[in-house]
Amino acid sequence: MVLTAAVLIYGAWLALAWAPPEREMGDVYRIMYAHVPLVQMGLLAATINFACSVAYLLRASWRTDALAEASAEVGLVFAALGTTLGSIFGRPTWGVFWAWDPRLTSMAVFIVAYAGYLALRRFVDDPEKRAVWSAVAGIVIAVDVPIVYFSVRWWKSLHQMQSSPKTVDPQMVYTLRWNILGYFLLFLTFLGLRYAIALAQRRRETTVPEPARSVSRAVAS
Amino acid sequence: MKVPGLLGATWILLRKDLLLEWRSRSRINALIFFSLATLLLFSFALGPDTALLRRGAGGYLWLAVLLASVLSLGESFRVERENASLEGLRLVPAPARAIFLSKALANAVLLLGLAMVLVPVLVAILDVRVVLPLPTLLEILVLGALAIAAPGTLHGAIASHARARDVLLPLLLFPILIPALVAAAKSTALVFDGDPMGQVDSWLGLLGSFDLLYWALGFALFPRVIEE
Repeated sequence: MVLTAAVLIYGAWLALAWAPPEREMGDVYRIMYAHVPLVQMGLLAATINFACSVAYLLRASWRTDALAEASAEVGLVFAALGTTLGSIFGRPTWGVFWAWDPRLTSMAVFIVAYAGYLALRRFVDDPEKRAVWSAVAGIVIAVDVPIVYFSVRWWKSLHQMQSSPKTVDPQMVYTLRWNILGYFLLFLTFLGLRYAIALAQRRRETTVPEPARSVSRAVAS
Repeated sequence: MKVPGLLGATWILLRKDLLLEWRSRSRINALIFFSLATLLLFSFALGPDTALLRRGAGGYLWLAVLLASVLSLGESFRVERENASLEGLRLVPAPARAIFLSKALANAVLLLGLAMVLVPVLVAILDVRVVLPLPTLLEILVLGALAIAAPGTLHGAIASHARARDVLLPLLLFPILIPALVAAAKSTALVFDGDPMGQVDSWLGLLGSFDLLYWALGFALFPRVIEE
């Protein structure tokens, strides 16, 4: 956790003070150093969720179920933050907060779909059924997001293609890489904590509680 | 007694579902009038500009079908929960996948029928014209109904056993259906406005691939959803 904080602070210093301003966008582009890593971690979380869902259906285990829950929740937070930052970034550079661009739209669908997934997890009480059903829902969502991307790509697109490290100032590449590492560590920290909580919840739900001591005996003792 | 195979069982269950639907016609009627009311609501919400309404007609058609589908999908599993008839179905020596195929097909037939009722209404109240040949429109309606039915049946089965199922089904289903909605609404709009650039086929291709993918997924995953 100390390491995570150190890398994040160093990354933020690099992003805000050390990296040179961009030729066209000036200082505004610096929000990119948080926006890009956040969205990437959101997509990483979705990949983990998909892998855990498939793994759970192949071989049931509370560990994969807990990791699926943790990745969906942490991923949703990262993706929502990343998309919000992207929207703030879009206003000065594109002139609008929102555009019906493939990546933006896929992220919006991503967020709504995983919100539905988490709602499903809340609304089912039986832990085994919850695990199976949310694994099915997780697979269905993971299959859907790429289709959304391609279906919207047939409309006109505004989002810039990814810049390759070759065309970008090496200082910017260095800064972005440190920030990606920082957010990755932050993601792992959150994921680990959330996973431990989810696993503890599964344990509590599935272990049979101690038989209640009768009131009279409790009074007598 | 001969045990029916996958297709045989699907056919028997499909006949059961459709017969049930036919004997209680009040549900189909309610669904039709619900979507008619939705179409009217769209028109009133957007004001009396006929040209604007006509341009959006393809979208309204599919939104009306989509909103109605949530009701019909919820209903199609509610009748199975009553008297625990889904448990009964699971005990029958028929593959669980036959239950998926029959439920999804029954829902697709219902939605297709609904869409076929709504198109003439759109022609009448929004003054749209069907420019492309009718078989193209029929193809869109069939593929669109299939696209809603497969993930709808999967999620309908899940949601019907959860708490707050009426909220949960649209919450799970609507985000998934966005690509199908885009393709169906866009191609229907092309049918109404004419298609000078020949785009209908690529939208139909997208809709068809969506169908294939989700029917395959539903077929593969449904037995896990209803297992005890």
